[in-house]
Amino acid sequence: MNVFEAVWDWLTNGDNWKTTLGIIGIPQRLGEHLDYSWPPLLIGILLAIPLGALIGHTGRGGTVVVSLVNVFRALPELGLLVLLVLSMGLLLATEALTIVLVAVALPTLLAGTYAGVRNVDRAVVDAARGMGMREWEILVKVELPNALPLILGSVRAAALQVIATASIAAAVALGGLGRFVVDGFAFREYQQMAGGAVLIAALAIVVELLLSAVQWLLVSPGLRKPRTRSGVR
Amino acid sequence: MSWLADNFQRLAEVSLDHLGLAMVPVSVGLLISLPLGWLASRWRLARRILVPVTGILYAIPSLALFVIMPLVLGTQILDPVNVQAVLTIYTVSLLVRAIADTLDAVPESVLAAASAMGYRQAGRFFAVQLPLAVPVLVAGLRVAAVMNMSLVAVGQLIGVGGLGIFLIDGVQRSNYASIIAGIVAIVVLALLVDRLLAILGWALTPWTRGSRR
Repeated sequence: MNVFEAVWDWLTNGDNWKTTLGIIGIPQRLGEHLDYSWPPLLIGILLAIPLGALIGHTGRGGTVVVSLVNVFRALPELGLLVLLVLSMGLLLATEALTIVLVAVALPTLLAGTYAGVRNVDRAVVDAARGMGMREWEILVKVELPNALPLILGSVRAAALQVIATASIAAAVALGGLGRFVVDGFAFREYQQMAGGAVLIAALAIVVELLLSAVQWLLVSPGLRKPRTRSGVR
Repeated sequence: MSWLADNFQRLAEVSLDHLGLAMVPVSVGLLISLPLGWLASRWRLARRILVPVTGILYAIPSLALFVIMPLVLGTQILDPVNVQAVLTIYTVSLLVRAIADTLDAVPESVLAAASAMGYRQAGRFFAVQLPLAVPVLVAGLRVAAVMNMSLVAVGQLIGVGGLGIFLIDGVQRSNYASIIAGIVAIVVLALLVDRLLAILGWALTPWTRGSRR
């Protein structure tokens, strides 16, 4: 039996899809993974989008955002996770993971929202002001809709980063789909490792496609084919 | 502090190892993405295929790709090439689209002027289009280098992780010094390489400075 068949067998084996005494199945691990991922993403969105929009609108604090984002990008997620879990204790490992995941999502969301609002054509904003719109109306009715492609792009990027980081939670005795990879490595069971890896990849691709669809539906048709020159994500 | 004194030698050695694991993919990724980016800027079809494919690959978490690589490459699970191949894929994904966009952005008049000066296709690419793309290239390389630096550590979960070993060892033995040394070393390497690439970009684009109006 070759490796591909072994991995396929592991993925299609009904026993791996059931949670029995002491052995946790795929659906429960997937549930854990999603439970780790959505609260930090939501917290990140609620914090970063208003803040990023405000900074983008006023233009104050922009350099702080950019340098903050660069520093955070250099921080290794794994290092942050093990450090926080060790200092908060294994009992609070889930809380530690949540903090790390918020820290992963925040810079991406903040940078995307800030850049989106900041890059709205100044002539459009001036026109809105000339029409007598108040500042908050300019932000809500003009800048945010125009910034939507970049903001939703950053939500998608942040969601994928959170899912990827949640998969390394198994390094600190937490659950999630990464558990299969780490356990498989520990027991030298390659089919379990690769099966887990395929599940993580599948989850990421599904989320990417779903959020791309949401982005396509929400963005105003007039902005759908932008001549984006944003080289770097 | 005494831990640091005892382990400094090893920290330095592993840092070099880490640097290689992260930066070889950046160089290889650059070499692969230049022709791919050029193709994508020339042919609509190539762009229609390359941009979504690299987008999907970029979306897949590193841990998953690290494990799937041996299936694709036929390598051993503990082979460092697995980690390097994955980081090369991420680097290419970051760069291809940026290169295609910036090659597209070179104004038609500049290309016409270069042709009129006697440049042929290839010469025009290397002497005119590529230098004009340097700022975007360097920006992409900086992001890739910094990202790779922290992703290498994740490889430790499958046994190849450079400085990641200080993180995992540290958490298993409740050794804060080891974890903090690992994090600091990774951040320092990342910032160092980031700075060096920025300086390189500055040195390669003399026309962007001086003779300011």
